[in-house]
Amino acid sequence: MRLSRAAQVGLFAAAVVAAQLLSSAAGKAFFLTQLTMSAYYTLAVLGLSLLMGYAGQISLGQAGFFAIGGYTSALLTTLDLSPQRGHPLVAALVRLHLAVPRPDLYGGEVLSVSPWAACVAAVLLGAAVAVSLGVPVLRLRGHYLAMATLAFGTIVSSVAVGTQALGAADGLSGVPPFVLFPGLRVGGGAADRVQNYYLAWGLVALAMLLLLNLIHSRTGRALGAIHGAEDAARAMGVDTGALKLGTFVLAAVTATVAGVLLTHYNAGIGPSEAGVMKSVRYVAIVAVGGMGSLWGTLSASAVLNFLSLRGYFGAYDDAVFGGILVLVMLFFPDGILAADVRALVARLAPRRAPGGEA
Amino acid sequence: MTLELLLQYLVAGLTYGSIYAVVAIGFNIIYNATGIINFAQGEFVMLGGMIAVSLERTVPLPLAVAGAVAATAAVGALVEIAFVRWLRRPSVLRLIVITIGVAILLREGALVAWGEGVRSLPYFTGNEVSALSFAGARISPQVLWVLGTTALIVAFLSFFFGHTMLGWEMRACAANRDAAALCGIPTRNLVTFSFVLSAAIGALAGCVVSPITYTSYAVGAPLAIKGFTVAILGGLGNSGGAVAAGLVLGVLESLSVSLLPTAYKDVVTLTILLAILFVRPSGLFGSREASGLKDLG
Amino acid sequence: MALLEVRGVSKRFGGVQAVKDVSLRVEQGTVKGLIGPNGAGKTTLFDLVSGFRAPDGGEILFRDRRIEGRPPHESAALGMSRTFQNLKVFPHMTAQENVMVGRHVRSRSGFVAGMLHTPRSRREERAIAAAALEAMDFVGIAGLASVPAGSLSYGQQRGVELARALAAEPALLLLDEPAAGLNMRETADLARLIGRIRERGVTVLVVEHDMSLVMGVSDEVAVLCFGEKIADAPPRAVQENPDVVRVYLGE
Repeated sequence: MRLSRAAQVGLFAAAVVAAQLLSSAAGKAFFLTQLTMSAYYTLAVLGLSLLMGYAGQISLGQAGFFAIGGYTSALLTTLDLSPQRGHPLVAALVRLHLAVPRPDLYGGEVLSVSPWAACVAAVLLGAAVAVSLGVPVLRLRGHYLAMATLAFGTIVSSVAVGTQALGAADGLSGVPPFVLFPGLRVGGGAADRVQNYYLAWGLVALAMLLLLNLIHSRTGRALGAIHGAEDAARAMGVDTGALKLGTFVLAAVTATVAGVLLTHYNAGIGPSEAGVMKSVRYVAIVAVGGMGSLWGTLSASAVLNFLSLRGYFGAYDDAVFGGILVLVMLFFPDGILAADVRALVARLAPRRAPGGEA
Repeated sequence: MTLELLLQYLVAGLTYGSIYAVVAIGFNIIYNATGIINFAQGEFVMLGGMIAVSLERTVPLPLAVAGAVAATAAVGALVEIAFVRWLRRPSVLRLIVITIGVAILLREGALVAWGEGVRSLPYFTGNEVSALSFAGARISPQVLWVLGTTALIVAFLSFFFGHTMLGWEMRACAANRDAAALCGIPTRNLVTFSFVLSAAIGALAGCVVSPITYTSYAVGAPLAIKGFTVAILGGLGNSGGAVAAGLVLGVLESLSVSLLPTAYKDVVTLTILLAILFVRPSGLFGSREASGLKDLG
Repeated sequence: MALLEVRGVSKRFGGVQAVKDVSLRVEQGTVKGLIGPNGAGKTTLFDLVSGFRAPDGGEILFRDRRIEGRPPHESAALGMSRTFQNLKVFPHMTAQENVMVGRHVRSRSGFVAGMLHTPRSRREERAIAAAALEAMDFVGIAGLASVPAGSLSYGQQRGVELARALAAEPALLLLDEPAAGLNMRETADLARLIGRIRERGVTVLVVEHDMSLVMGVSDEVAVLCFGEKIADAPPRAVQENPDVVRVYLGE
């Protein structure tokens, strides 16, 4: 059942509105908080879906980029530059409105980098790291990228936990809200809950739009060609190395942006966001939703993240995602939504005679 | 830095390094037989130590170790049978993800079974304060157990792959699976055996090192990463290289503690891994073709 | 003017010298056949020319540019297109989408234009789709446009590969055993198609086992044996060359 793109978006919008209305009606308006957080995690996962589904590459480092986004914006927007007000660099930042005064917890005024400037800085840093990581490793095959991204994610996690300036095990807090446009801001308290919810899912819709456009464009077709028959793609003039790198960087940047936004929403970030388990979680979600299937990934992300954040998995959070990963990869490699159950049963039931070789 | 201190660092480095080497050899055995990199390798080490500690409460130490090795070997076989064997022409991506998932499940299973606490086997000889004097440094006798066990494992594997029928069959299976099958070699069972072997040596390493490093449910993942670094550094599939690389990495990591805050010890290893992958993925002793990774299936 | 010139190219795999000091020229506007017994090195030579392997020695010039060792996508951008012996269509994309990939070198929209769906990229997409249909029509498979390529028959997939390669409007078309698996009627159709391709001004280099096809369409035929070139002449002369006869029929 293939819906037109407009119908898909319409259905999505309807679901978002319905969820909000239902939550309010049921007296569980606080669900919106977890749903908003799920939206930002979904941003991180959408890029990964593209990377795994089209470029066929696995990244176990998305959480690392998420953390780079979150920690960079947290650091820049919470540090106090007022002691260095006289310094030419700081003065220039102030003149360009890149550093702005804001009230601190004690009623005084501090000078910090504006959230927009911090966001841009975070994205540039994330992109730079992604290029540095991707160029050498995308040349090699599957396992190596997995390991390199795993190593990268673990490095970020270790640095986050081990560095005092980054808050060590406690992370950074006191991050101010991010005013995207006058009247629209990420963060704030319970009063802004509904606004934040729609803003978050609106941003997800925007990301979906951009990525769906990409998939149906010349570049998306080239990516599909790489996925389908890489040699033929190269013979047809597709620079597979450049495309894989571009997709890797795109996935990294979406994770970075997601990290920035979630940090402003939660007014802080901790080292667990950088952990490898988070990266594994993202991979599990993409696997469940179907690699390359953006709507599938979105649905899986919304549901799984919400359940996890509400605590339905209890202490077995990691185990659940690990188990999901294994189950999906064994039985539903194309994602649960695309599962061909009959074929699966046929394969499992009559066993081949032993002695044959796979 | 005094000579004694340097020696201490060296000894610590060699000790850890030999464990990394054993993990790397485990990677290599499975990789050679199947082309798979088994992310769950570190969990085998963890399971060996944990199971042995539980057994040691009721049976004498040598039996506990033997039991742990056997039990972990059985787990290895189960993993292969349940998760790897019946996949038909799986993609590399799928296998990577599956072994990661298996590693997580094993770890969480250990958490459920044994809780979060750290535990260790008693020292094989002596106790935590006994020490041998060597060139002014004080070395725990357990260190000699570790080094000795590693040497024994390497020697055994060398003999096994070099001089036994089963070992030859496994090498044939590694070189060309289809041709080996055509010669009547039961390749499917050999794949299972490769998991059994890797799990067994991992478990043994886990037992012998637990008095020094302690064991807990979470030690598997960092070990796997370091073991993989060593495997790559030594040339994937090359176990002689793995030993050399393991010792080198262990010493480097140990010495780094004198320069950087301990929190960054892991970062050193990981940076080395990245550097190797970037510059020379075939490792110090591997060949160019090897870095292209085997074709599966 | 030699569109493609191979000069003294060699390639060794471990202990096997697959290609040994081979030189040949393909003149613009002609069809050149490349034949030889199995294991003669034809596929390796093809891979060397199309950039999938780098030679150990020698040079390859395409449009007077050195291309040996350069990656395939660079040669493609210069005007070289190829098909594959063991078909490499993109199975989960429709036939038309497959052929549209062939237009990759004739179009430009990248990541940003794709994401933003700019008017220019939309115009380009329409042009790409139209060009793809035209290529499919030329090959005779226009009716299969919206069928997933993976579910097409063998012969139809061959058509898709050919249309895809032609959609790039190449100067040089490399055909890798295009008649493999085709029956006699299909092979005859293919011969006619190659003739029409040539009429369009496309230069063709074709590796093939089917003698009637090669001898029928080629202006010149090169013969490889054990990695060396043993003949290079118009079809009639090659058929009468005693060395060639010996290689194929034995003493």
